[in-house]
Amino acid sequence: MGVLGQLILAYAAVLGFGLILNIPHQALNLAGWIGTLTWGAYLLIQAADGGVVLGSLVGSVGIGVLSSLAARYKKMPAIIFNIPSLVSFVPGSQAYQMVRNFALGQYRLAVEFTLQVIMITGAIALGFLLAELLNRLIAFCWQQVLLARQNHQD
Amino acid sequence: MTTDELIIATCLKAGRIMVENGSEISRVDDTMMRIATNAGVPDANTYVTITGVMMSIQGRNATQIAAINKRTIDLEKVSQVNALSRQFAARQIDLPTLYRRLNLIDQAAHSFPLWLQLVGAALVSGPLMIMFRDETVNTWPTVVIGTLGYLVFYLLNRYLKIKFLSELVAALLIGLAAEWAYQVGWGTNINDIIIGGLMPLVPGVPLTNAVRDTLAGNFISGPARGVEAMLSAAALGFGIAVVITLF
Repeated sequence: MGVLGQLILAYAAVLGFGLILNIPHQALNLAGWIGTLTWGAYLLIQAADGGVVLGSLVGSVGIGVLSSLAARYKKMPAIIFNIPSLVSFVPGSQAYQMVRNFALGQYRLAVEFTLQVIMITGAIALGFLLAELLNRLIAFCWQQVLLARQNHQD
Repeated sequence: MTTDELIIATCLKAGRIMVENGSEISRVDDTMMRIATNAGVPDANTYVTITGVMMSIQGRNATQIAAINKRTIDLEKVSQVNALSRQFAARQIDLPTLYRRLNLIDQAAHSFPLWLQLVGAALVSGPLMIMFRDETVNTWPTVVIGTLGYLVFYLLNRYLKIKFLSELVAALLIGLAAEWAYQVGWGTNINDIIIGGLMPLVPGVPLTNAVRDTLAGNFISGPARGVEAMLSAAALGFGIAVVITLF
């Protein structure tokens, strides 16, 4: 499975989740691109042996920042962009292995997968927090630029 | 209706629609305060939780509560209320018009028809399975079972109106269908089929909003949404666990 294939699949998955959540159709394409770009960042980190947790962290920071920019550009709430694009980062595979091993009574493996799920979910939450920080910084800088421009004109 | 009553009714309607359809709490709070300010009452108080919205105008005998009993996910409605609030702020529409438009939004049906949502479910289950598991042998069984699982969830949720029960039954069916596909030799790996098939049912909105609400300091709604997400995940997990222990 090549990188290009993975990126196309990421776009398709985000588009699909957007359809399920009924996001406005004007937002579908942009949400898909955010999902594709952040999945690309995740793949880059995987290629550099960064691990799933760091990949998810960087991915969710990217989703948070890009969604906020997209929200400002499209004048729509940010959740319209960040919930669908997050779908590829959901630890579905690990969560399933967790349930499966608990059901089969293999508790050592089950606990291992539980920890993985907790770490990935925590990384995504932390990523959102960092993204919020960056968003405030971007908004502040943007305001300063606007103010400077206004002063220049006066 | 007096002006005060209309202002409160409009704000509550906007807040209720947004919470019912999956908005985060801070946005609801913000939108209601904006509508109130633009309608001429800057000193309003709002209190928003995921089971009810309250609002009062300081110094006047005007307080109302709107209870929220059902929650679905329709992000288009959240966006529409947002757009209306912007139009109201820009003085393009007046308060009675805003109230009428909000009523229209409230009654509107899903804008994507069921078949398009099923296409969405197919797009989620197949591609994610390939991305997670790095194999393409089980793509078609995953796509078909994922779509079927979402259809079952959608229909049950529509008529039973108990989300967790619908998720449980859908997960059971996905597990059984994956087992069947494996038995008849259509699929080669039952785990991969189940992982892909479950992905359209992932509680993405409650999970994301739980994090966002908690970080924003809404310690009632954030953890409550976390419980909602955990119950959904537990229902899905239990359904699958039953199938795994049976076979």
